[in-house]
Amino acid sequence: MNIKYTRMDRMILSLNSIFLFLAILIVLVPLVYVVLASFMDPTVLLNKGLSFKLKDWSLEGYKLILGNDAMIRGFINSILYSVGFAIVTVVVSLFAAYPLSVNGFVGKNLFMTLFIITMFFSGGLIPTYLVVKDLGMLNTAWAIILPGALNVWNIILARTYFKGIPFELHEAAKVDGASDLLIFFKIVLPLSKPIIFVLAMYAFVGQWNSYFDAMIYLEDPSLHPLQLVLRSILIQNSTDPGMISDQLAMAELKKLSEMIKYSSIVISSLPLIVMYPFFQKYFEKGVMVGSLK
Amino acid sequence: MQELMKADKNTAIPMQSKKGYSKLKTNLKYIRENYFLYLLIAPALILTIVFKYVPMYGAIIAFKDFSTIKGILGSEWVGFANFTKFLSSPNFGTIFMSTLKLSFYGLILGFPVPIILALMLNQVRRAAIKKNIQLVLYAPNFISVVVIVGMLFIFLSPTGPINQIVTLLTGEPVSFLSDPDYFRTIYILSGIWQAAGWSSIIYVAALANVDPELHNAATIDGANILQRIIHIDLPTLKPLMAVTFILAAGGIMAIGFEKAYLMQTAMNLPTSEIIPTYVYKVGLQAGDYAYSAAVGLFNSVINVVMLIVVNYIVKKLNEGEGLY
Repeated sequence: MNIKYTRMDRMILSLNSIFLFLAILIVLVPLVYVVLASFMDPTVLLNKGLSFKLKDWSLEGYKLILGNDAMIRGFINSILYSVGFAIVTVVVSLFAAYPLSVNGFVGKNLFMTLFIITMFFSGGLIPTYLVVKDLGMLNTAWAIILPGALNVWNIILARTYFKGIPFELHEAAKVDGASDLLIFFKIVLPLSKPIIFVLAMYAFVGQWNSYFDAMIYLEDPSLHPLQLVLRSILIQNSTDPGMISDQLAMAELKKLSEMIKYSSIVISSLPLIVMYPFFQKYFEKGVMVGSLK
Repeated sequence: MQELMKADKNTAIPMQSKKGYSKLKTNLKYIRENYFLYLLIAPALILTIVFKYVPMYGAIIAFKDFSTIKGILGSEWVGFANFTKFLSSPNFGTIFMSTLKLSFYGLILGFPVPIILALMLNQVRRAAIKKNIQLVLYAPNFISVVVIVGMLFIFLSPTGPINQIVTLLTGEPVSFLSDPDYFRTIYILSGIWQAAGWSSIIYVAALANVDPELHNAATIDGANILQRIIHIDLPTLKPLMAVTFILAAGGIMAIGFEKAYLMQTAMNLPTSEIIPTYVYKVGLQAGDYAYSAAVGLFNSVINVVMLIVVNYIVKKLNEGEGLY
């Protein structure tokens, strides 16, 4: 229907548009700045700020980053950890969620309580670290993949999804003599592609962006994921400039570190930037299903 | 027929429960017949027990004089010695207050922003435009904390773009990153920048479910947009706001370690040292496991107490509607 707006309404709507536009600017300006700056000559950037003259542009930052061994290794490690973590998380969550969605599953309440308690209580950093250490997982990929693989929220998400699959399908299969095994793998899983996708993406992005577990569990630099490499480029460099006494060397180093800062941010975010527009609506769905329960 | 009975326990039990059939027997029969379901849930149970429950048990080292050689059981009990050590340490007041202030201000300033964003987005009539605005506003949520802090360091460094403007205006750059007075502001504002859009999703969805007839009727009665927001939209969001607020307040001491640790510089420690970063430093860097576990446990207990208290208050204010 056609709503007739009063003058007051039109004023409010205009103000609303202005504020939303400002919000978009606030979000976009820093991001666009970083992308543009990654293509700039650092000396010009330091002295004059952004410039749109072609001669002030440079791909030096990208060349340095792509030739940097630590960065490449970090990238490969991050892909391995994120893919591994996503696979383990998805398998464990789906497997656990299916029995919990079956009517009359004996022990459902007990298992659910066991899981949910862990959402509110935890042993804390040190006791968890000691367990990982005692299992001999320090300095292995398992320390990154296993301790966080079980996320109760994921189980709830998958269970809610399974419950939405029409029960008649299970019934019909049971009458035909299909076992639980057959029903799960032949009927439930093929219908669950959207939820598998959502869980896998959440796990992948979460692992890709995290640095904490890697920092405490992996001492060996050759095992470090991208975020730890980034941390040393972006944060540790800039905090203690007092270490270098030679003025000239320091200026050179500053220039170098300035140069790779922006390009390293862009390169490290690339997988997510490429995926983001396609996956945004799935992520959104995930939040919605999760908030219902 | 057997198969059907198995499928639904509710109908199966009355038919099977003759005299002598105990509940245990029925359950064991169920488990035997459906062992595959238990195989499926086993990996999750094992992970939970190993990485969640064993550490909970391990938290008793907080009450012990723990040494890795003697192990958890062999170490001697020391009662609350580790706790009193923390409570009486000269740092306690500062660290405790820093943690509380950082979370409290973060909650108070951060909580309304997603709601306001959702109300504003709800006024955008054209679906395509709304979608694109959301696409942009959600994006920062997917940026890693390392990159966020890295960007803060770039933008706020003495020679960075913001200080270039500040220098132009006042003649002197401001040392945002080392001055303890700026830590909380930077932490909270950058947090809102990153999370507000994404947090608005649930509110946007709740508003989309409002019956359009309500708005039409109100419009016919002469209500303008602002009045409709106050009398239709806000009451719709109220239950959701209550739940979100309780959960956020309950996590007030569970503030993230990752960002605060990255933002710490030697100079801003008076405000940036919070309990989780302290636990990490005394525990893993200095190796004082028992003391660190005690500080962590202290923090968790405060958290649970906060959750209960806030839930009680919100229940009182919200006509008996709380989280539980």
